[in-house]
Amino acid sequence: MELQKFTYDNRIARLFMNATILWGIVGMLVGLTIALELIFPLMSNNIPWLSFGRLRPLHTNAVIFAFVGNGMFTGIYYSMPRLLKTPMFSELLGKIHFWGWQLIIVSAALTLPFGITVGKEYAELEWPIDIAIALIWVVFGINMIMTTVKRRTKHIYVAIWFYLATFVTVAVLHIVNSIAIPVSFLKSYPVYAGIQDALVQWWYGHNAVAFFLTTPYLGLMYYFVPKAANRPVYSYKLSIIHFWALIFLYIWAGPHHLLYSSLPDWAQALGVVFSIMLIAPSWGGMINGLLTLRGAWDKVRESPVLKMFVVGITAYGMSTFEGPMLSLKSVNALSHFTDWTIAHVHIGALGWNGMITFGMLYWLLPRLYNTKLFSVKMANAHFWLATTGMLFFAIPLYFAGFTQSLMWKQFNEEGYLTYPNFIETVVQILPMYYIRVLGGSLYITGVILMIINLIKTAKMGTFVPTEDDEAPALIAQNHGVDKGHRVIEGKPVLFTILSLVAILIGGIVEFVPMFMVKSNVPTISSVQPYTPLELQGRDIYLREGCYVCHSQMIRPFRSEVERYGEYSKAGESIYDHPFQFGSKRTGPDLAREGVKGGPIYKPDSWHYNHFVSPQKMVAQSIMPPFPWLITDDLDISTTAKKIRVMQTLGVPYPEGYAEKANDDLMKQANKIAQGLRDGGIQVEDTKEVIALIAYIQRLGTDIKKVEGN
Amino acid sequence: MKIVTNALEGVSFIEWYPIIGLIIFMILFIVLIIKVARLKNNEVDSMSRLPLDEQDAEAQEIKQAEQ
Repeated sequence: MELQKFTYDNRIARLFMNATILWGIVGMLVGLTIALELIFPLMSNNIPWLSFGRLRPLHTNAVIFAFVGNGMFTGIYYSMPRLLKTPMFSELLGKIHFWGWQLIIVSAALTLPFGITVGKEYAELEWPIDIAIALIWVVFGINMIMTTVKRRTKHIYVAIWFYLATFVTVAVLHIVNSIAIPVSFLKSYPVYAGIQDALVQWWYGHNAVAFFLTTPYLGLMYYFVPKAANRPVYSYKLSIIHFWALIFLYIWAGPHHLLYSSLPDWAQALGVVFSIMLIAPSWGGMINGLLTLRGAWDKVRESPVLKMFVVGITAYGMSTFEGPMLSLKSVNALSHFTDWTIAHVHIGALGWNGMITFGMLYWLLPRLYNTKLFSVKMANAHFWLATTGMLFFAIPLYFAGFTQSLMWKQFNEEGYLTYPNFIETVVQILPMYYIRVLGGSLYITGVILMIINLIKTAKMGTFVPTEDDEAPALIAQNHGVDKGHRVIEGKPVLFTILSLVAILIGGIVEFVPMFMVKSNVPTISSVQPYTPLELQGRDIYLREGCYVCHSQMIRPFRSEVERYGEYSKAGESIYDHPFQFGSKRTGPDLAREGVKGGPIYKPDSWHYNHFVSPQKMVAQSIMPPFPWLITDDLDISTTAKKIRVMQTLGVPYPEGYAEKANDDLMKQANKIAQGLRDGGIQVEDTKEVIALIAYIQRLGTDIKKVEGN
Repeated sequence: MKIVTNALEGVSFIEWYPIIGLIIFMILFIVLIIKVARLKNNEVDSMSRLPLDEQDAEAQEIKQAEQ
């Protein structure tokens, strides 16, 4: 057999590696900043773009899409050519992918802090950036698929299946969840509303975890763990089953984010069942990863790379066991909306993604620079800082989660809530927030050590831009007829299509009934579209990221009905583009905020003063002030366009209402502002705060109109 | 919301899609398990060694030990 010569391009892997390190430290520092803001709410110093609600989406987007995203691309661009014995299909596509992705990250950093957001968690970026993501993602996909097509190995190694599944699934998730109608260049409304939007969003959100944070990293695990341990993977048969079972089951589990919400019970049950089933493939993968080290455990003692992989895979096992447990309704009743969720995701992010990335970097960089790691001691120190940092981060938040949830649910002997003031439950867990900052700081210190170590390593060696290799052409190796799973493995395009089918099924089973069966969203006749002023106010609510700390979903528990009012119904949010159920209660639920006589109602003047200074109204509050709402004028030039887009989406404003909307807006603004002025607050009708107050006072009032009748 | 529901209503037999999808997958999954179980061990072994550098002394050593 004639051997063909070819080269591997290390430059693209290095570019992605540098980006991983840069965005990693940036994303983590933003995380540390917002952790500090929860302890020192005045830290943002009245600067809008530093406020918690705007920086938190920046943190999650930076860590997920910039740090982990570049991390996966580093590993893929390094491992894929070597596994397939061919260079990547196109250097140009690789460069477009790299620079395009970095440009997307920069646009995220330039929009999210300025309140340009769709208001859907982990899918906050506005439509032009969404389109750019889709295009760049396709570039990445073409480059990968074409590389597999022109490979020189007969078999496509399991890591690459995970890469391909990542590509197809993320493409589907991103496109389906991001469909929106633009109002302007940087503002759009999602086509879905309320509970249906919630279902699509958590189908996306959960599978962003699955197919952005898990499958590509499992691919990296299947390549780099055998490499670092110099052992083949424990069971290749298990890896085949692991792959198909995982991608099929994951896609169904999204509704477990909506337990006890107004999502129909059948959909909730579906999410729970598939979440429990997910333990099997997840643990199959974990066992496969850990047992790859069989006979090499002595190496784990010495090699920081293997140590990090072991902790990373263990963290994967822990969080994939915890996830299904959290999806049990009884556990979820306790854990949901608390810091328990934050702890859970950080075991995944800091443990699984972080440790696998660091291990990969320590293994990869010396090879790219043809040298040895500058300091194994420093890398070991990093390992301990990262491991203890993760524990100091997560354990206090578990305590905070249990504590706060139990306090929310506690009744006294007279049958009243023991802690009726939400703030009492916040003050109780504040010490845990301090320890979280300590944990995060330890973790970041480790990353800084790593950066120094890697820079020193790079300086010691010389960069190897390309590596030569040789292998026989694929045709020369082809003899004999393929059977069974090998047929699929030999055909990357067919393989990709089958993966697509596997992941589409779960989505179709969930979505079709939700969108088709009318009884799933019972309409409530008194629920009316928002007034123009409320609609503008709602957009301010989205802009300020209120949803990252306040839910709008009262679950049907006695403790919640007592604290917040009547539980939320599916029919109440049918005009909510996007839905605002939220996922965390750092502050109280706002679903019935506007119900006069309700347990949580506050007058307009209270809200006004609270936005100026939350601490003036609730001394121990950890909410930041929003003084710019008082001084900034509401932009009403967009009202007509917004109403028209809402009409397109099926919101029943009367024909021709868009043109008259601003008249109604001014009338309602005048009424609210006059009320405030009568109470001695000097405020003009035109200020943003008036719109936000209008929206907040509308929340939850629709069904009360029926009761009034 | 109508914008999505209306689009789906136009598809004929849409109510059967989920059921057909589920059946397709169950069949594929069962076939997969059977096929994987019947894969030959030496083939699987060579696949699992793809990431490893064959020239590496230790890899060779393990290979020999296992043969």
